[in-house]
Amino acid sequence: MTADLILTPNMDRPDDIYADLLAAHEGLSKDDSDALNARLILILMNHIGQRSVLAQALAAARAPTGS
Amino acid sequence: MNKIFEVPLYPYTRSADQDAVTPAHHRVVIVGAGPVGLAAAIDLAQQGIEALVVDENDKVSFGSRAICFAKRTIEIADRLGCGTPLVDKGVQWNIGKVFFDDRKVYDFNLLPEDGHKRPAFINLQQYYFEDYLVKRAREIEAAGAPLELRGGNKVTAVSDRGDHVDLQIDTPEGPYTITADYIIACDGAASPIRSMMGLDFVGRVFEDNFLIADVIMEADFPTERWFWFDPPFNKGQSALLHKQPDGVWRIDLQLGWDIDKAEEKKPENVIPRLKAMLGDDVEFSLEWVSIYTFQCRRMERFRHNRVIFAGDSAHQVSPFGARGANSGLQDTDNLAWKLKLVLEGRAPEALLDSYDAERVHGADENILNSSRSTDFITPKSAISRIFRDAVLDLSEHHAFARPLVNSGRLSMPCTYDGSPLNSPDALASGPARTRPGSPCPDVALGNAFLLDGLGDRFTLLTVNAEAPDSLTEGGIDVARLALTSKDDATGALAARYLGDAPAAVYLIRPDQHVAARFPDYDEDAIRAAIRRATGQEMH
Repeated sequence: MTADLILTPNMDRPDDIYADLLAAHEGLSKDDSDALNARLILILMNHIGQRSVLAQALAAARAPTGS
Repeated sequence: MNKIFEVPLYPYTRSADQDAVTPAHHRVVIVGAGPVGLAAAIDLAQQGIEALVVDENDKVSFGSRAICFAKRTIEIADRLGCGTPLVDKGVQWNIGKVFFDDRKVYDFNLLPEDGHKRPAFINLQQYYFEDYLVKRAREIEAAGAPLELRGGNKVTAVSDRGDHVDLQIDTPEGPYTITADYIIACDGAASPIRSMMGLDFVGRVFEDNFLIADVIMEADFPTERWFWFDPPFNKGQSALLHKQPDGVWRIDLQLGWDIDKAEEKKPENVIPRLKAMLGDDVEFSLEWVSIYTFQCRRMERFRHNRVIFAGDSAHQVSPFGARGANSGLQDTDNLAWKLKLVLEGRAPEALLDSYDAERVHGADENILNSSRSTDFITPKSAISRIFRDAVLDLSEHHAFARPLVNSGRLSMPCTYDGSPLNSPDALASGPARTRPGSPCPDVALGNAFLLDGLGDRFTLLTVNAEAPDSLTEGGIDVARLALTSKDDATGALAARYLGDAPAAVYLIRPDQHVAARFPDYDEDAIRAAIRRATGQEMH
């Protein structure tokens, strides 16, 4: 049983969540922002856990307009 | 200064072959007296197959070189009769610490499983390993085993004649010619035999240099593996500290690509680097210094009719993970029994192709692991460095990131999934770790150990099952080793060989890998499995 990547709206308060993301980067240098992003990606990858879902996410990120 | 590598162990002496009118014939000629060649010779000769080892040198290897020997290698050495001196001399370790910048980010414990005769790893200089193998070779030679070691003998030409091989050998007293049924080329990563045969050795080159130093010091560093990413004393690079016997410490310092090797190797440049790492107040002396680069590559095929490649001549990996010498020993472990059966006419020559299939699979596994370690240790792009550093930062505080830290995935024996010698798994509820193709895990049986009971022949291991005490199929003798769950009060035997099954029957190969397993003794199925495991019946 492999789960599908969710690509339909799934965030409970999208505007707030987006603002949280930007706020986390506020005042950081480019290097520090890059490092934060990398840590964030790794943390979220661990939370998702399943390689098949992550593979779909990587594919979607590489080709944002869809295949 | 350790003198062991200055003493000729097998000095050149004139052989009767050099005065023979027609070239003398040998069953197996092994080229190269390193760990792999010596192990091959002992394995064959102690089973009665004549083995001649030729090497252009006459001493053990210079400098410590391979220093981490895995449990599987020691188990193979046990089968060869020299595991105990290795373990007695070697340094055992279980703890590894990982540092990032100026702080420790985490430590790990190899947590060796109970019920094994041998430890997960020992550290031992390669020259000791070779010295013990030479001693064992001499011991079995004295007891009448057909083994000979010729130093100062350099192979200059090989010609495969289809049903035998001609070898030209040069010596201090001039050249001579011999013939052989088979050659095992254990002549290292720069294999002259491979070059003479014009065979490719392709793969990936890593643009990096490492300074490797053996340092003798009285220091109170614990017996642990310490690995640094980007330390203050070697900014932007990595470093490794590991203990060997005799107060010798291995230090690896990554230097980067654009360096002057000759300059970096000079003591006046090495010593300040080491002082920066160890501190000014630590007294030390240098035993050996070398600068190495590495590649991950393998030959397309390891068997070329009557010339068979084993160890570094066939495949090469980065040193992170201790997968060089350890995988070479797995090569000879895999090859020796097959060559013996073929030379005795008890198995078809096609059995040797399974050496190729199984050990190419092993080499690919090692190359994959070692390339991934190297990509983590030396990020190849700006973004891979960002992710690498993010993993290290997170690993200090969050357990989830620690499995991603890769300072070398330490050598584990290969499971030959998909091998043509395996029979389909008929013990569905058995443990995955002992499925066909797996190396047998050890189990303590009172004061004895399972692997010592398996030895180096085909074995029918029965657990809570009836079977005849022996059987012969297709010229292959199989002896039964009968056990019950009661033979091991700890439950490890059941956990490793039964799983949820009440009973099991295993057909085990001479290299102690599982060929087939069944819920009970099914004579027809077991006879078919023996034929398949010896190349007498293909799928």
